[in-house]
Amino acid sequence: MLFCALMVVINRNPVASALCLVVSLIMLAGLFTTLNALFIAVVQVLVYAGAVMVLFLFIVMLLDIKTEIRRRLNFLAVAACFVAVIGIFYKMYQGIASIPVSRGPVPHATVDVKLLGTELFRNYLLPFEITSLILLVALIGVVHLCKKEETL
Amino acid sequence: MSVIGLHHYLIVSALLFCIGLGGVMIRRNVLIIYMCLEIMLNAGSLALVAFSHFNGAINGQILVFFVITVAAAEVALGLAIIVAYYRLKQSTHVDDMTSMKF
Repeated sequence: MLFCALMVVINRNPVASALCLVVSLIMLAGLFTTLNALFIAVVQVLVYAGAVMVLFLFIVMLLDIKTEIRRRLNFLAVAACFVAVIGIFYKMYQGIASIPVSRGPVPHATVDVKLLGTELFRNYLLPFEITSLILLVALIGVVHLCKKEETL
Repeated sequence: MSVIGLHHYLIVSALLFCIGLGGVMIRRNVLIIYMCLEIMLNAGSLALVAFSHFNGAINGQILVFFVITVAAAEVALGLAIIVAYYRLKQSTHVDDMTSMKF
């Protein structure tokens, strides 16, 4: 999975990059199933690997983006980015290492959809409704953005 | 073979986040930068689900559910903006997006 994610960054061709991202997302869904989060895994495959990536591939092919020509990279900038990423990962690793080792995995029943849905509609009803509003706003925004360009 | 614990998942999540971060900083194509943003969001989701599993709480999974929903909306809007910009400038290269430069 990490290799595929790395290929997304390294690949020069946007289509190949997007396909690597699909593989990486599906593998992440597999990782979710090992954590007993079956519903999240299914949603991950459906929404991310399905809808979002189809959107990405559609846009890449619609805009007909060619393989990037080999630009002269600013090696100083790339080296600086590399150092920054390594530094951030080091700090993260320190933080993770400072977490005390727990006494093994908690005996934990598989979170089924029923439990998740009950929790979602009992304690998280307001955020759920706000999410639906966000989706509506995004829908209207997209339609507006595309419409305006045509009339101009 | 040792048992896979919380730390292993968190380290994978941190690595994934760092790959996404490096991609955002190094790549110069807006679409690739967008994909790297998705990778970073997924790294956050992985950490949330891992915490939720190892603490026996369900709240993390509900938060991930909301994150996925918002990410879908965000991708739709961002791609619409990219398409509108491409029509204007015929480019998706961040070096060409200098019209708001002071």
